Amino acid sequence: MSNRIVVPFGPQHPVLPEPIHLDLVLEDERVVEAIPTIGYIHRGLEKLVEKRDFKDYVLIAERICGICSFTHSVTYCNAIEQIMGIEVPPRAQFIRTIWMEYSRMHSHLLWLGLTADAMGFENLFMNAWRLREEILDDMEATTGGRVIQGSSKVGGIRLDIPDEKLGEMVDHLKAIRPRLEESNRIFTHDQTVRHRMRGLGVLTKEEAWDLGAVGPVARGSGCDMDVRSSGYSAYGELGFKPITLPHGDCLDRCLVRSQEVLAAVDLVERAVAKMPDGPIEEKVKGNPDGECFAFTEQPRGECMHYVKANGTKNLVRHRVRTPTLTNIPPLVKMLAGIELADVPVVVLTIDPCIGCAER
Amino acid sequence: MSYITKSPWVIHYDGSSCNGCDIEVLACLTPLYDLERFGIVNTGNPKHADVFLITGGINEQSRAVVKNTYDQMPDPKVVVAVGICAATGGVFRECYNIMGGVNEVIPVDVYVPGCAARPESIIDGVVRALGILEEKRAKMAENGGDKK
Amino acid sequence: MIVQKHTIIEIPVTELLKKTEEYHAKGHRLVQIGCTPLGDRYEINYTFTTSYDFESLRLTVHDDDIIPSISDTYWGAFIYENELHDLFGFTVTGMNVDFKGHLFETSVPTPFKNMPSVTIVPKGGDKK
Ligand code: SF4
Repeated sequence: MSNRIVVPFGPQHPVLPEPIHLDLVLEDERVVEAIPTIGYIHRGLEKLVEKRDFKDYVLIAERICGICSFTHSVTYCNAIEQIMGIEVPPRAQFIRTIWMEYSRMHSHLLWLGLTADAMGFENLFMNAWRLREEILDDMEATTGGRVIQGSSKVGGIRLDIPDEKLGEMVDHLKAIRPRLEESNRIFTHDQTVRHRMRGLGVLTKEEAWDLGAVGPVARGSGCDMDVRSSGYSAYGELGFKPITLPHGDCLDRCLVRSQEVLAAVDLVERAVAKMPDGPIEEKVKGNPDGECFAFTEQPRGECMHYVKANGTKNLVRHRVRTPTLTNIPPLVKMLAGIELADVPVVVLTIDPCIGCAER
Repeated sequence: MSYITKSPWVIHYDGSSCNGCDIEVLACLTPLYDLERFGIVNTGNPKHADVFLITGGINEQSRAVVKNTYDQMPDPKVVVAVGICAATGGVFRECYNIMGGVNEVIPVDVYVPGCAARPESIIDGVVRALGILEEKRAKMAENGGDKK
Repeated sequence: MIVQKHTIIEIPVTELLKKTEEYHAKGHRLVQIGCTPLGDRYEINYTFTTSYDFESLRLTVHDDDIIPSISDTYWGAFIYENELHDLFGFTVTGMNVDFKGHLFETSVPTPFKNMPSVTIVPKGGDKK
């Protein structure tokens, strides 16, 4: 009879800077069960709505997580705008979309780098992060911030991107596109990558749907699920199509992200081509009264902000359901049956963002 | 920087940050900024480390870990608090689970401003910390290898 | 502006399990479980969807009410139900994975719980 032992994994994570803890029940080298524990960086920021003006709270919503920062602020703004019936001007919607796609590129490149690092593929890691710096350069030039932008606000955006700059951004993306394609090619065809990830941590389509997987985890399992298809912000006008892959293993989850970087480049190019003129914000009068569930697609998946307001300047409740939180049950399923040495790679493929999950 | 006689090792811990500062710390290690050109190596073991980089404010759970890591580091050692959260608690100061900046738990030598702190300022902070480290080392040598 | 469709259906706690099973049978996925403290009561929203139109079941509950777990139907629900327990102080019965209050460890126990209402009792002997 084989022995069962429990191996703690984390909280000082070997591949991630953030603390996540897993208790792995092992039978020899095989994982039988995994029990996650989070809560190391719980801040309790949802409670801050009671102390902050709903307009100032955008900045706190943005700091739920430093990687999906911009998408968080847009989701929050969408919720307030829906409650108050604010019609955001089209130019603001388009520019928001451009910034959201930029944050998707930077987040996915960051993740691709970390994954390469977890596989011991140092060269690819450095390459992905160098590409990411180029994306961040444009982000910084247009918003002033590299990872925290603070450029979205209730009713629109804080700053416009001049048309010449939009042209420069497209030129820059054109220039780095071959390098992004090269990196995508390596992830698709390289022997080392395939060897480490093909057939590992399989999640079938049914399991993914049933366990509530979202984002690249669901799309890597063949579920056609991407909130961008619902057409919020400017996505409805850009002819957006989700990327799905059928195998449900680590490699497909990885390739979904790698291909989404290229798709994001396309979306930005299309958004710039269609960019409308006009104002960038709508005046906000009064206080919100009512409730709204707003959904957006973050780099990590579907994110929900629930806002309930009672007509005063402080909200009653702000609840954030982030993609990492719903992706934990699928992760537990994926971990069962794999070998201990593969655990870091599998954990990474849900792109855990603990700052988000714990708020 | 001729005064750096050894290659200083850095340990990084995430108190309860939003990740913004964390990824900027990581970005410092990548090709564009490349902290390693100063001979700085990122380690996971507190016993090997000279410089303690902390991002994010201190909450109930990270308090003990931060204190513990600090105590395990050999003298001389310096602490760099990266970002506004690590300095005061930042935007999360009034959250029920945040106790405040890193100085609530351990003494801090260098505060790096910014939300998120920029890689340039983080590198600047670390290089300044190395100066302080050197001073501490000299002081220790005067006292025959003892602290103070 | 695209308004995302969201239907809210109010149900009593006793119908929760039956309703969630219906959703499961119809092929809905569980989007989230979220709770809103409202001073003297709480609202719990169970959100389901098959596409991008969402539906929520809404329970109205009070302190110390017991909530049955839906983790038999939706295996992944445990993460939200533990959150209900840790942050709001509800008892959720029959969870498949029970963290026993260790999912979120906070400095204040159950920080989102409603403040107990204070009734000021006149001091004895205050009568003239
Ligand atoms: S200082 Fe700002 S970017 Fe850094 S951890 Fe705090 S909130 Fe995040």
